[in-house]
Amino acid sequence: MSVAVENIPSKFEVLDRALESEMTLSMGPQHPSTHGVLRLDLRLDGELVIKAIPDIGYLHTGMEKLFEYKKYQQGIVITDRMDYLNPLGNNLAYVMAAEKLLQLEIPERAQVIRVLMCELQRIASHMVWLGTHCLDIGAMSVFFFCFREREKILNLIEAASGGRMTPSYFRIGGLMMDLPAGFERRCNQFLADFPAAMDTFDTLVTGNTIWQSRTQGIGVISREDAIDWGLTGPSLRGSGVDMDLRRDNPYTGYETYDFDIPVEQNGDVWARFKVRMRECLESYKIVRQALERLKPGPIKADAPKVVLPDRDDMRKHMDSLIHHFLIVAEGFNVPPGEVYHAIEASKGELGVYMKSNGGPKPERVHFRGPSFVNLSALPVMAEGEMIADVVAIIGSLDIVLGEIDR
Amino acid sequence: MTEKLRVYVDALKAENEGWLTDVKDALGEVTITTPRETIVDMCSFLKKEHGFDMLADLCGCDRGPEEDPRFEVNYHLFSTTHHNRLRLKVLLSDDDPHVESVTTVWRTADWHERETYDLVGVIFDGHPDLRRILLPSDFDGHALRKDYPLRGYEPYSMN
Repeated sequence: MSVAVENIPSKFEVLDRALESEMTLSMGPQHPSTHGVLRLDLRLDGELVIKAIPDIGYLHTGMEKLFEYKKYQQGIVITDRMDYLNPLGNNLAYVMAAEKLLQLEIPERAQVIRVLMCELQRIASHMVWLGTHCLDIGAMSVFFFCFREREKILNLIEAASGGRMTPSYFRIGGLMMDLPAGFERRCNQFLADFPAAMDTFDTLVTGNTIWQSRTQGIGVISREDAIDWGLTGPSLRGSGVDMDLRRDNPYTGYETYDFDIPVEQNGDVWARFKVRMRECLESYKIVRQALERLKPGPIKADAPKVVLPDRDDMRKHMDSLIHHFLIVAEGFNVPPGEVYHAIEASKGELGVYMKSNGGPKPERVHFRGPSFVNLSALPVMAEGEMIADVVAIIGSLDIVLGEIDR
Repeated sequence: MTEKLRVYVDALKAENEGWLTDVKDALGEVTITTPRETIVDMCSFLKKEHGFDMLADLCGCDRGPEEDPRFEVNYHLFSTTHHNRLRLKVLLSDDDPHVESVTTVWRTADWHERETYDLVGVIFDGHPDLRRILLPSDFDGHALRKDYPLRGYEPYSMN
């Protein structure tokens, strides 16, 4: 018995029209291009994104609660684990908020080293951004070149602080310790190779027509929307707003350095890409200037009740020993008050709200993470785009879930 | 008080004396405490007339269960044109932790208010989508309150 072919009902219907119903697709939290554990609830019409709802909190570890149970100096190590691509920036924001409450004067050499290390860290953070952004869109080899450069910076950070990813190098009142011998030589070695590496990236990525067509005109956010949604950092400057806290609310002596602030007008993925690429070279300029300014001098503030004494002093002076014991065992009291200190981290404005009620532990520490706020604007950029472009948009925002979820 | 910030305090006083219950100037930062009924009006006034076009941060703070008023909500305003900062503060009592949402003024307040609701338990009236954001939707209590134990009430299970 045979059945005519045309009588078999087709299992699949070929549609030449749009679906009437929208489809919900859950992207993440294990999706590799969500840079961690971000989940997106995508409402789709075919491949078109109608609505994108970010779902966060998978990495929440209650850091803000933990700060209230730790002494001020113990909080520094928690900050390392927030934005783990820019730990020195987190350290800086936290210690500067505490220093503002304590009204400490930081010596010149410590300030220069802070700028130097933060700008190296910014380059390292941008290298991870570039590598993973390219990887998301499909360019594999850039990733390896980026991580090679980043590795050199992490080696420098390790030489200074002992930790690659979790340095905790800045302390309230100064630095953990001085730079090791030969640091300047190693840093200069890195700097000598860096412009050539940036040229490699330009050849590999910037001039690549596939890259350009995947990024130009994608994920546009207007200047007004960018401000309204609180975007900061390179994402804001990609939308034509000339704002950088290093120049506009200067801290640690940034006002004395000579650097430009790259701004792009289009507000798309390509604009944010170009801003970050040029920022790497601006950071390179700042590192150069900071290296020239390194003069011998103290690296800790003159505040024996707050800053741990030198090891050598403790062996010779009774009062140093007492101070050391008291700081470690009981902590130091911070005058009552509240501050909000914001710095320009690699991803945008990193603000710390710190409230003290006079004791050795803060009453409240709140981090305003740039990734948190930048991600909240994702629906504005993703709606109306194709699903494949959502990946490009997430990459262009440079989010770190450790900081978003805290 | 730094001169550049005095301008805004004077302007607020001229506009409506009742908006300012307390003005504090410490460590180069100005904190203006305001009644909770007027926070939205004050924010839109500062945004429209004085260029505070960005809400840099919004965070809640629990002073402790024995305090009255128990909760603080801090609004950190920033301007992308003149780069000044202001802090507005609203105080709320334990039995009525409600305040009007400022999402109508700055849309970035959306996630900040959800986070504050989630962790501190302040309720923002008029918020378009006031759900928990960091903790799971079935979480019991508000983790950043002072009477919430550091390790929680019981080991939390994801089931």
